[in-house]
Amino acid sequence: MRLNVNGNSLEIDADPDMPLLWALRDIAGIMGPKFGCGIAACGACTVHIDGVPVRSCSLPVGAVEGEITTIEGLSKGGELHPVQQAWLEEQVAQCGYCQAGQIMTAVALLDEIAEPTDEDIDNAMGGNLCRCGTYPRIRAAVKRAAALKTAEL
Amino acid sequence: MASIGKIARRTFLLGAAAVAGGVAVGYWYVSRPYENPLEGEVAKGEATFNPYVKIASDDTITVIAPRAEMGQGVATTLAAFVAEELDVTLDRIKVEHGPASYAYYNAEMLAESGPFNFFDDSFLAEMTRSALGTVGKVLGLQGTGGSTSARDGFEKMRQAGAATRAVLMQAAAARLSLPVAELATENGRIVHARSGRSVSYGEVALDAASIAPPKSVTLRDKKDWKLLGKTQQRVDMHDKVTGAPIFGIDVRLPDMLYATVLISPVFGAKPVKADTSKAEKMSGVIKIVPLETVYGSGFGVIAKNTWAAFKGAEALDVEWGKPVNPADTDGLMQVIADAATKGEGDVMRNDGDVETAFADAPQAQLIEAEYRVPYLSHAPMEPMNCTAQLKDGHLTVWAPNQMPTLIRWLCADLAGVPLEQTTVHTTYMGGAFGRRGEIDYALYATLIAKEADGHPVKVTWTREEDMQHDCYRSAFIARMRARLGDDGLPQALDLRVAGQSMMASLVGRIFPGRSAPGPDNTTTDGSHNQPYTIPNYRVTGIKAPLTLPVSFWRSVGNSQNGFFHESAMDEIAHAGKTDPIELRRKLMREFPAAVAVVDKVAAMSNWGEKLPEGKAKGFAFVLSFGSWCAQVVQIAQTPGGIKLEKMWIAVDVGTALDPGIIEQQMVSGAIFGLSAAMNQKITFADGRVEQSNFHDFDAMRIFQAPQFEVAILENYHRMGGVGEVGTPPAAPALANAVFALTGKRVRSLPLSDEVVFA
Ligand code: FES
Ligand code: FES
Repeated sequence: MRLNVNGNSLEIDADPDMPLLWALRDIAGIMGPKFGCGIAACGACTVHIDGVPVRSCSLPVGAVEGEITTIEGLSKGGELHPVQQAWLEEQVAQCGYCQAGQIMTAVALLDEIAEPTDEDIDNAMGGNLCRCGTYPRIRAAVKRAAALKTAEL
Repeated sequence: MASIGKIARRTFLLGAAAVAGGVAVGYWYVSRPYENPLEGEVAKGEATFNPYVKIASDDTITVIAPRAEMGQGVATTLAAFVAEELDVTLDRIKVEHGPASYAYYNAEMLAESGPFNFFDDSFLAEMTRSALGTVGKVLGLQGTGGSTSARDGFEKMRQAGAATRAVLMQAAAARLSLPVAELATENGRIVHARSGRSVSYGEVALDAASIAPPKSVTLRDKKDWKLLGKTQQRVDMHDKVTGAPIFGIDVRLPDMLYATVLISPVFGAKPVKADTSKAEKMSGVIKIVPLETVYGSGFGVIAKNTWAAFKGAEALDVEWGKPVNPADTDGLMQVIADAATKGEGDVMRNDGDVETAFADAPQAQLIEAEYRVPYLSHAPMEPMNCTAQLKDGHLTVWAPNQMPTLIRWLCADLAGVPLEQTTVHTTYMGGAFGRRGEIDYALYATLIAKEADGHPVKVTWTREEDMQHDCYRSAFIARMRARLGDDGLPQALDLRVAGQSMMASLVGRIFPGRSAPGPDNTTTDGSHNQPYTIPNYRVTGIKAPLTLPVSFWRSVGNSQNGFFHESAMDEIAHAGKTDPIELRRKLMREFPAAVAVVDKVAAMSNWGEKLPEGKAKGFAFVLSFGSWCAQVVQIAQTPGGIKLEKMWIAVDVGTALDPGIIEQQMVSGAIFGLSAAMNQKITFADGRVEQSNFHDFDAMRIFQAPQFEVAILENYHRMGGVGEVGTPPAAPALANAVFALTGKRVRSLPLSDEVVFA
């Protein structure tokens, strides 16, 4: 089957029942989306399909239609995406394992709400677990990213 | 599994080698007991100066961080030690994890495990501290834990930087034919101010490597620090915001196979009957491998990809043996309760005469209570995994781990290859919290690699396997009685803490057949060594006779004792009609560092202000890992349940090496403690863990996280740790706040068994 990932069309030889996460990681070698729970409970595996954040651990690869974006596809031309830039400036990550998922969710949030409140952030990001407890900095980084994005326009 | 004799002999040989090697000329620390493991590993045009620094002709400076990065920012701080003395900015430095080598032993990790309280500065305590450090050297124990990494590296790595700078200066002097005294360093160059001539570090690196380093170096005074003491950009941040494949689970090698494990869910049991035929026939499954180690027995499933391995493991039909411990939580807790009530224990603190103090106590002045905490899983975000390859008599292991030398010993033994033919690579870790100080994942991967015809195999556990095969934080029960004086202050406090011994469990796994002699500090750590002065004060630790696998969980003994001791203090304060903070000021007056953090957090949180109806604050203090930490949490009753609004933290770390990382670790530690206090418990039925994933063992979510304000103090004269210090006071601060809000004293965790959180 063919998958459209980060602007590339890839031929994937996989059981259609295989979750997208494992097709990306084990077969396509795209390691950004992480395995955390396998049951859509932690958000570590979050990718976008046509801009919508989905839990790739719980989506059979055979059911995927549309353009997939992973964290690897966020930065354009060597420039970090404003959300990544904000994450860097706020020094959000600790172990970093959940952060690809956090960033993908935050990107989708900001595409929908340009200037989210704390409550918007808490609502949108509640499905992304962070065992290192980076939440206060995530809130700050989402707001900084919102400002960076507005400044870019 | 390694036989005891073999391990003991190796340990002994190491000791001998350490002594024999000790006479070698020393420069990077007093003596040089181990070979520099980087010699023989350097690339062409690259020079190594000591086990911590490599400089290449193209000016690439590499610092080896011998402690593992699990999120606590240690890679950044360790690199800053070298950079400070080498006189370069941090962005000039590349950081690598060290190979598993005895040269990177961690002295601090053992120093804190002695029987003396941290604040006891007596000669004897100092002696013990350094003697145990020597044991670290002898065992060559390279480990990350006990919030020790920065403290251990503080001297060694700054000396490494200074010694390297010294030989670079000498080489430059020779190259430029100028006296050393006229040269200075400036961000990676050696310059002669008068003539304007200069060379870069890289240009003279190879010359410098052949110069004998100075016998002693003078380190920069704290007031001259350019990097240390200031917040640095974390060296790993760019990789972590771009999704770089840096974790163990991201290892990808040519011809690699994938695997998973299915280990007996009944602890200590073996498979009684197994039908593997269905699994063997599954598409993508290559081979089923029986596994047996001291950690557990079961099967490995080798497959073409991880998903196929998971499906194969699901298809295994296995009947497991009977549990050797009581099969359910009630039965387990009964054993611990019996130990708490009548078990014989080790008295870890005994001031005054507790028995006499209670003998004539009038009933009205007595308080008695029982506290309980459950078993807990570590549940780091990255599930256990490990990649191993056994090819041409060489074993290579890639593991996100906290104990590389131990993995090297035991996996070599298991694979039947000599130690010299065994390489361990430490990857970045997606969290650890103590879990990756165990080595089960590496043992299983080694056994699986033996059956993989020379292919590398990446073994990934499902979350369910991870949660149901942890080495847990033991459940504990504490029985407390206190006698109040007429002034409301405690005249006597007697605390009996019972639970499984972590040290006994650990020793049993690493040295099968041996038992850990003597008292286990970790049972009462956080209760027996707190800076309170009470005339009659006794703390007893009792080992409960159970053999479930238990181990170090972020902040170790302090994780349960913080809750016991500080809940007790809060009860004493209320019973004696003393404000909880006022009580601490009085009882800790002999320790100004403690009183200072208490005062600070009281001021920050405006303690004592009148709060609107439906809001309340709780306070707790714990001295752990050499740092003094006071916390206040404010909570509010909302229609959806209790909401955590804000937490204030004041911590004295002695010397603050990187305030940004310290702030982050305090918040991280507190959230870790709050997560457990609010919701987490591991329970047992039929000898198995009942929880399996984040739906029934969840942690705090962003919408539950309070706001934080952290103050860092530097009053105490010795440096403390930071990675675990925020955890111990979090649970009691919250429980004490719940009491203030609701009048309900919750003495058993998690709190959600009794109250509802929003
Ligand atoms: S791995 Fe997909 S949500 Fe946890
Ligand atoms: S940064 Fe470690 S889990 Fe989020």
